[in-house]
Amino acid sequence: MSGQEDRGPVTQMPWTGLRALTPARIALGRAGTSLPTAPHLAFQMAHAQARKAVQLELQAEALADGLGALGLQVMQLHSAAPDRPSYLQRPDLGRRLDAASRAVLPAAGECELALVIGDGLSATAIHENALPFLRVLLPALAGWRIGPVAVVRQARVAIGDEIGAGLGAGNVVVLIGERPGLSSPDSMGLYLTHAPRPGLTDEARNCISNVRPQGLSHAEAAHKLVFLLTEARRRGLSGVALKDEAEALATPARRNFLLED
Amino acid sequence: MPNYVHSLGGQVWRFGSLAELMAKASPARSGDRLAGIAALDAEERAAAQMALADLPLASFLHDAVVPYEADEVTRLILDGHDARAFQPVAALTVGGFRDWLLSDLADATALAALAPGLTPEMVAAVSKICRNQDLILIARKVEVVTRFRGSIGQRGRLSTRLQPNHPTDDPAGIAASILDGLMLGNGDAVIGINPASDSLPAVETLLHMLDEVIRRYDIPTQGCVLTHVTNSIALIERGAPVDLVFQSVAGTEAANRSFGIDLALLREGRAAGLSQGRGTLGDNVMYLETGQGSALSANAHHGVDQQTLEARAYAVARMCEPLLVNTVVGFIGPEYLYDGKQIIRAGLEDHFCGKLLGLPMGCDICYTNHAEADQNDMDDLLTLLGVAGINFIMGIPGSDDVMLNYQTTSFHDALYLRKVLGLRPAPEFEDWLQRSGILVGARLAETLPPAFRRAIAGAV
Repeated sequence: MSGQEDRGPVTQMPWTGLRALTPARIALGRAGTSLPTAPHLAFQMAHAQARKAVQLELQAEALADGLGALGLQVMQLHSAAPDRPSYLQRPDLGRRLDAASRAVLPAAGECELALVIGDGLSATAIHENALPFLRVLLPALAGWRIGPVAVVRQARVAIGDEIGAGLGAGNVVVLIGERPGLSSPDSMGLYLTHAPRPGLTDEARNCISNVRPQGLSHAEAAHKLVFLLTEARRRGLSGVALKDEAEALATPARRNFLLED
Repeated sequence: MPNYVHSLGGQVWRFGSLAELMAKASPARSGDRLAGIAALDAEERAAAQMALADLPLASFLHDAVVPYEADEVTRLILDGHDARAFQPVAALTVGGFRDWLLSDLADATALAALAPGLTPEMVAAVSKICRNQDLILIARKVEVVTRFRGSIGQRGRLSTRLQPNHPTDDPAGIAASILDGLMLGNGDAVIGINPASDSLPAVETLLHMLDEVIRRYDIPTQGCVLTHVTNSIALIERGAPVDLVFQSVAGTEAANRSFGIDLALLREGRAAGLSQGRGTLGDNVMYLETGQGSALSANAHHGVDQQTLEARAYAVARMCEPLLVNTVVGFIGPEYLYDGKQIIRAGLEDHFCGKLLGLPMGCDICYTNHAEADQNDMDDLLTLLGVAGINFIMGIPGSDDVMLNYQTTSFHDALYLRKVLGLRPAPEFEDWLQRSGILVGARLAETLPPAFRRAIAGAV
């Protein structure tokens, strides 16, 4: 018997304390060099839960009530993807409105900013973040003429282009549920497009990702978005040519222990 | 436009163009179905494969799947073709080329010499008539070694990109994942962060942090923050320490435009990277990512199948003489690669095509939570690519990317592959692991090296 076998089959890692610094699955230990049983099965459970989250339906009525309470006018729309299986396999359908929704769009609108809220791949992200985020954002947008808010089911990001164009919006911001991660089923993305119209591609958009309490805070996300919106309006563009130069809000900096003396 | 026909037992199949023939010869995948260009059934696919096998390789030099006049990637491919290097296979058909590749005529030396004579469409075509084992056997013969501060891709070596992403780019959180990875022998290909924020000040902070960690611990690796090439150029002008210039690239001019790039900008990015002179062993200064489906996703596919377009992205990559090319195979989602079977096939194709074209191929062996795939599928692809001789894979804590929200290979997965296939880290990095006490011989040490023990003690 060697000394190593006396220690048992699982080697724990002496840096479990670092878990306080990140949600990442660090310091999992090792059985030989492989994943020990407990973290392996915890992963399987997390995957099963994330798979379930993808299927969850957007509570559009409750969201509309909440938006109304913020003083926003609301339109309920649906993409051309009739259900979740079509949505997952036909991104083209998720990028455009169905016929009934198209009829709801006003013939000739005009506003500086259109807001679109779509379920994307995680209705949970919208349920938990959309209203709290708007409560922080809207006061910072005083002076902007904001059009009606579109709540869209089975939506992909580019559907904002059709809606923004239909509303005659100078800019469109899409709030959308991002693909659910194992440790973050609630992550919301923000996509800004200046002069939206159907047919634009990703280079025309600016993205702010991972908006959620444990990720990019609502305040930080609103700060970045207002910076980008202001610049988009001033310079008449969005996307790759519009760099995010917003300085981070003052947050207590944590020491990087690898670089301590 | 030539017509492509295949007859068998009285039945005749016609294919109206080379692009149509290539698409219908492709093994089934959801992205080609989404584009409306896939074979209707397995019989039509087999007929297309037979017609494709009869096609002379040289015909790809005259019949472009994306028009020469309309697309700078096509011009790059055809104008840059090395007719002399092509000579050994110039008289072969696609089917004959497969036989040649499988034969002992195609050894490492012959394949390295042939690479400049091959076009992406030729390697895509032959891949379509290869079984998975052919893709593995042929790719395994190719050795592509690139250098910056270490040598990546030598036979018998497996490197990893340590991917320490954090949802808010918190330096301490990123450092925790870096430490986790280094202690598990990961990080020799690159320590590469996907930033949550693309803001220049935030990216600059991360660049300085990576630079300081690499210098403080004297690690023979390189850092990269995966931000747009224009950001890297701007940051180099500001004097930020950029080791590798990153960019996602695709196989058509229009798809690249959707990424906000063109070939001239990539050349400019490479020149900016070279101007830094930060590589100690070599000047492969770029880290590129690709993935099947990106062109269709940008509505820039010209009716060409996603695997052929992926191979064309490697022509763009080849121009950049990169340190690393990473096909991010399962990230794009089930509308392009539906399930584990399709992801595995695509990963093997990409590695094969890239290697034949002379590229230092790695693979982000990954899946999303809306795809029909799981850890077992990733284990299969990981093992197959290990056998095929892949240069590098990703390494993240516990397979869970907490910023990008997908699952890729873990630090443990890399150790599994090294163990079952007898693979070792890059030589300079392996020396460092042993020198710093992380490895004792080929095994992980049972105790923490003093420098890291002190750092951890200060952290908590």
